[in-house]
Amino acid sequence: MSRMLQLKLRIWRQGGPASRGSFLDVDAHDIPTDASFLEMLDIVNERLLEDGIEPVVFAHDCREGICGTCGLMINGRAHGPELGTATCQLHMRKFKDGDEIVIEPFRAAAFPVVRDLMVDRRAFDRIIEAGGYISAPTGTAPDANEILIPKDVADFSMDAAQCIGCGACVAACPNSAAQLFTAAKLGHLNVLPQGQPERWRRTEAMVETMEQYFGSCTNHGECHTACPKEISLDFIALLNRDYIKAKTKNRRLASQA
Amino acid sequence: MTADRVPPLHKVKKALPWPLSLYQTAIGKKYVMAITGIGLLGFVIVHMIGNLHLYEGPSQVNEYAESLRDLGGHLVPRTLILWIMRIGLMLMFVFHIHSAYSLKEMSRKSSENAGFMSGAKRYASKQDFVAASYASRTMRWTGPIVGLYVLFHLADLTWGWWLGDGYIRGDVYNNVVMSLSSLPVMLIYIVANIALAVHIYHGAWSMFQTLGVTNPHTKKLRRSFAVIVASLVCAGNLSFPIMVQAGVISNDSNNTNSVNTSEHSTADIDADNA
Ligand code: HEM
Ligand code: SF4
Ligand code: FES
Repeated sequence: MSRMLQLKLRIWRQGGPASRGSFLDVDAHDIPTDASFLEMLDIVNERLLEDGIEPVVFAHDCREGICGTCGLMINGRAHGPELGTATCQLHMRKFKDGDEIVIEPFRAAAFPVVRDLMVDRRAFDRIIEAGGYISAPTGTAPDANEILIPKDVADFSMDAAQCIGCGACVAACPNSAAQLFTAAKLGHLNVLPQGQPERWRRTEAMVETMEQYFGSCTNHGECHTACPKEISLDFIALLNRDYIKAKTKNRRLASQA
Repeated sequence: MTADRVPPLHKVKKALPWPLSLYQTAIGKKYVMAITGIGLLGFVIVHMIGNLHLYEGPSQVNEYAESLRDLGGHLVPRTLILWIMRIGLMLMFVFHIHSAYSLKEMSRKSSENAGFMSGAKRYASKQDFVAASYASRTMRWTGPIVGLYVLFHLADLTWGWWLGDGYIRGDVYNNVVMSLSSLPVMLIYIVANIALAVHIYHGAWSMFQTLGVTNPHTKKLRRSFAVIVASLVCAGNLSFPIMVQAGVISNDSNNTNSVNTSEHSTADIDADNA
């Protein structure tokens, strides 16, 4: 049974990347507990429209935790109070009647605010472009199991491959470092056989692109708790190790990782 | 969204020859911070253990100090090894501080509204931290506190700037008791050593992550390792000011056996240093 919540919202409004921005206070009446956080914002926006106020801009797409488009700071936590949950999968039943909810955009200098709660995360695309791929000849699909991969290695790779590129790790990080994202994108390829040919070049290129945009990791670990996919900090350790190897080893002997 | 691309925030510098180029990258700097951190950690532990000689009495601690100058025996000139260690230590401090400072600046410039000292991003509302500890969030405060304290400590006990006539070069025991029996000085030592312990609590955990030294077995031990090192160093170092104030380490109680030895060794050392 859906109950109704009476909430006080403080929503960040900002005209564009260069404007100052401020909070808009909204009394959100009768919000059903079954609504997702984004549906709650939809309801609020409908009512703002009716009152002749411009709706709040926020980014969203799949609404099922796989695209990485949504992402809000909710009461000082990236993606809100639930661990391992993207904003779109957060439900209003996790809040209490009468709660005040403060909503801000994900912040980092490399994530300029487009408008209100929507930020530009294209700095992540630059990191992926630098090496977040493997080169493989096209043609008929290879047989499954043609390349044998130990089960735990495949699992480890898949743990990293879950990253949806939402940017919560950067938002939660006091240093605005993008270590967890980059480590996940490196890790899922670097541990698999298919990722070996480009491993050291990839590591160098992606890390150095990351360093042009983001801050320096001090191992707070806050990214891991903010991450909707709970990507492990072990991938950051792997990134650190692979980067120094990439810079120091004889790459003609690269197969001897 | 006018520009097609978000412009990079940090300029890529012209690459220096290898291995200097490593230090131009943030991860290279972090490695340097971790390696110098391990060196400093080693120093801090040995220094604390060495100072436990204070509990044996004046002649023993003064003899210990003397044997540091004599390291290497007759194979090398006197104090050579000590000076090599001092220069190494100085270099470690310089690199640890320089890398910490430049990485802090990098983080500060990566966030719009970052603290000047902490380099940490600030939201308009209060951020609700889950994993980041008090220790990890104060590294850029505890570090400089320890750095300033090291300078104070050198001026106090190595150079004897303000102990006046009471400062006797080479009579470690006497100088420590003189210095630490002042209440404000004791407080400085206590605050600084708590800061050091907090710094080590995060640092001794974090360095494994930085160096990429981890596996499922050692991962579980990292936190306990950091807690044990931080608390041992803290307990040892804090015991000295407290025990001087409590009168356990004091000039009077050990006067009888200290006069001769300390006068003797002091004269020796003055002659040697002259
Ligand atoms: C003897 C004293 C010291 C010891 C034993 C020590 C030890 C360490 C260790 C082990 C780390 C962890 C490195 C890592 O995460 O990889 C660290 C980090 C750090 N140290 Fe120190 N340190 C000392 C003095 C200082 C001083 C004097 C400063 C500054 C002025 C300083 C500033 C920092 C900062 C800011 C960090 C964290 C920065 C980052 O992770 O990017 N430390 N320290
Ligand atoms: S690592 Fe986690 S928090 Fe960071 S972008 Fe990927 S899914 Fe989002
Ligand atoms: S809208 Fe796609 S992950 Fe939330």
